[in-house]
Amino acid sequence: MGVTLSVLSLVVLIPLSAVAIKAAELSPAEFAAAAFSERAIAAYRLTFGAAFAAAVINGVFGVLTAWALVRYEFPGKSIVNAMVDLPFALPTAVAGIALATLYSPNGWVGQYLTPLGIKAAYNPLGVVIALTFIGLPFVVRTIEPVLRDLAADVEEAAASLGANRIQTVARVVLPALGPAWLTGFALAFARAVGEYGSVIFIAGNMPYQSEIAPLLIIIQLEQYEYAAAAAIALVMLSASFAMLFVINAIQAWARRIEG
Amino acid sequence: MTISIRSVDKRFGRYPALNDVSLEIADGELLALLGPSGSGKTTLLRTIAGLEFPDAGQVLFGGEDVTYASAAKRRVGFVFQQYALFKHMTVAKNVAFGLDVRKGREKPSKADITKRVDELLKLVELDGLGGRYPSQLSGGQRQRVALSRALAVSPSVLLLDEPFGALDATVRKSLRKELRRIHDATGVTTIFVTHDQEEAMGLADRVAILNAGAIEQVGTPDEVHDSPATAFVCGFVGDANRIEGLVAAGVFNGGGVKLPAKGVADGPACAFVRPYDLALGGANAFAATLQRVSVQGAVAHLDVTTSAGAAIEAVVARAEASNLSVGQPLKLSTAKAHIFPV
Amino acid sequence: MSRARHPTEDPLWAKVLITALVLGFLALVLLLPLAAVFVEAFRRGAGAVMGAVSNPDAIAAIKLTLLTAAIAVPFNAVFGLCASWAIAKHEFPGKSFLITLIDLPFSVSPVVAGLIYVLVFGMQGWFGEALIDHDIKIVFAVPGIILATVFVTFPFVARELIPLMQEQGTAEEEAAISMGASGLYTFWRVTAPNVRWGLLYGVLLCNARAMGEFGAVSVVSGHIRGLTNTMPLHVEILYNEYDFVGAFSVAALLCLLAVATLVLKGLLEIAQPAVRGRGH
Repeated sequence: MGVTLSVLSLVVLIPLSAVAIKAAELSPAEFAAAAFSERAIAAYRLTFGAAFAAAVINGVFGVLTAWALVRYEFPGKSIVNAMVDLPFALPTAVAGIALATLYSPNGWVGQYLTPLGIKAAYNPLGVVIALTFIGLPFVVRTIEPVLRDLAADVEEAAASLGANRIQTVARVVLPALGPAWLTGFALAFARAVGEYGSVIFIAGNMPYQSEIAPLLIIIQLEQYEYAAAAAIALVMLSASFAMLFVINAIQAWARRIEG
Repeated sequence: MTISIRSVDKRFGRYPALNDVSLEIADGELLALLGPSGSGKTTLLRTIAGLEFPDAGQVLFGGEDVTYASAAKRRVGFVFQQYALFKHMTVAKNVAFGLDVRKGREKPSKADITKRVDELLKLVELDGLGGRYPSQLSGGQRQRVALSRALAVSPSVLLLDEPFGALDATVRKSLRKELRRIHDATGVTTIFVTHDQEEAMGLADRVAILNAGAIEQVGTPDEVHDSPATAFVCGFVGDANRIEGLVAAGVFNGGGVKLPAKGVADGPACAFVRPYDLALGGANAFAATLQRVSVQGAVAHLDVTTSAGAAIEAVVARAEASNLSVGQPLKLSTAKAHIFPV
Repeated sequence: MSRARHPTEDPLWAKVLITALVLGFLALVLLLPLAAVFVEAFRRGAGAVMGAVSNPDAIAAIKLTLLTAAIAVPFNAVFGLCASWAIAKHEFPGKSFLITLIDLPFSVSPVVAGLIYVLVFGMQGWFGEALIDHDIKIVFAVPGIILATVFVTFPFVARELIPLMQEQGTAEEEAAISMGASGLYTFWRVTAPNVRWGLLYGVLLCNARAMGEFGAVSVVSGHIRGLTNTMPLHVEILYNEYDFVGAFSVAALLCLLAVATLVLKGLLEIAQPAVRGRGH
């Protein structure tokens, strides 16, 4: 017990408080200038916006993937099932260079997008692509067990009450998955907000345009602006805590309704 | 609505769940499907509901063939064993579901739906609880929600799968009466599945007894109790002493007991004697030794062994047992025994 | 086959459409990047790959990555075992706070994780001067890389074990203690063997992340070739120098690690279905 607590505070708590203390070296005005400069705000907008877009994409395809894995039989299903966890196992830098190569204007995918006038790599769209890769398993893996445990009799009840298949899925099955879906969505979003490795290769990292907040922290660090870096980090940390809070609140709410 | 089941077969893989089952259910009847687990009673109920489809045979509703009609089209009210309530919907939303999913002209107005939900919640004595979630209700209350949800679509037939299985004894008893009352008030043809013979006998107009995927007997509770058609029914419905023996020339002889067996073919047979059909003394009595007496209210249960060592239970009036002592020889006789060749 | 569809079964068109969408999406998002790594690596043949992988800087990066994992993984495995034991088998105030703390590194950006070590141990940091005086280098050196890796892989084992231990309850432990076993003996003989599959699962995921971590390590490493470069950092340097064959060759090695992780994970899930799907 004592060991657990002291290791925890040594590895997690003390270093985290360092961010707040370092940021506190700045006066309020300096803090605002560092944490909420135009460039920083553009970076937050991109980071949170792209993370949200990626979480939405994963929210849709995550449900479909979990659905297919639980409800259908198809050849290669066990391989597909294992593949879903690839983003957990693949180093982010590897994912980053692979995606950047694929979506660059003359890459495997990029060459078909360029004639359509779509610029994927070195653009905010590239950030969304990388974050989609990173967040994919979260929605699938939080929904899957809930979908598997969903009793068949609830769907049968809906059918016997006259609901067609679409009504049954839309009104009974999907709402039952709701809390798990929201949790998965929030986890994917939270992971995407902090992601660095897979993004920087494909993003192009143009200030005000395709520069994410974690990169801005590194840029400040490289210029030895430690307090400014800490200020931006503090904003990101607050967002992380808020997200943790939201995730816990969703789970508490679901427990209360479902008993 | 009358329901006809004609020569229905259903297999799950290699396991035959229903084997040439035929059954006629009259309009407005309350019928119990009674049998041990694995007898096929739930499969039969689900086949009527359109939740399973037979491999062969027909299901007719009011003369119309619905064998392969979907559950959604049959307009049955189904109450599931675990209730299958929609957890994320309030009680009122649960009850309204069957009306809410209707389309076009068939869909009642919002006001009509609210009115119907209120009526139904009143019918099952849950008025005022429409705003709760299922998780905030007791088991008995959930059961009532499930019942009113099934009734909301004005079903042609109400089907209940082990409706009282998950409830404790006192709630079970009061809900049993409730189901009878609701059935009598609505007049809807009702079929329920149970493995509890007391429940089937006490509640139903008729009982269909299933064993190993086939119907053994269909009749009123009195008929199946007093005139069991098969050895299985005799053993399953009511308490019975089972005695193995031989029939020769119209007489059963086994376990030290001789019984008249008119019309039973010669050969090995098994006799069933209900404990309360045994009397002390009387004509054609057999000898036995008293092993134990236990008094339960107005009656006394006597455990005896026959001269051939067979253990038999008899139930007599408490007064008759008052001067008996363990170890003493007795004479027992019966006027009613059911003897089946094996 | 009966002519009617069971009420919980989807119509054929929906099955085909959804399966096709899912397979298409996964192929685009997962399979294609994996394939791209190997294709790009072998663009100039196997010889170039071997050359890139056996380059002294690459060898140094591989060694550092292995060293980092060899320290961070056992540390977190032991800590995860202790922490989950303390949390699952005991009641105490502040328990849910402790669980949140353990989870925290998952929700903190790896860049922030690296930053905090720079702030604490860096030259301008809290202990910066003291460390310089004693000639100890943590940031922009190997110890910093290991610390950052420990931080980001902190929750894997504990998260896997806490639900597993909670499910198993305390009955077996109480039985052992009632027969006179000591607390430590009970832990090693009763508790630990019951969770060995879950432990293995957590260690596997922890190891994959430890070897692949980029953001946090990138901040504290200082990118000194042959000294403080891990494999993922080496990939970045080569890529930024337009040595694509080299970058993708080292990346291919890391891909093999990922595939091996997935295969082992699949095998573990088959061996012990109870450990699957506990979130990450």
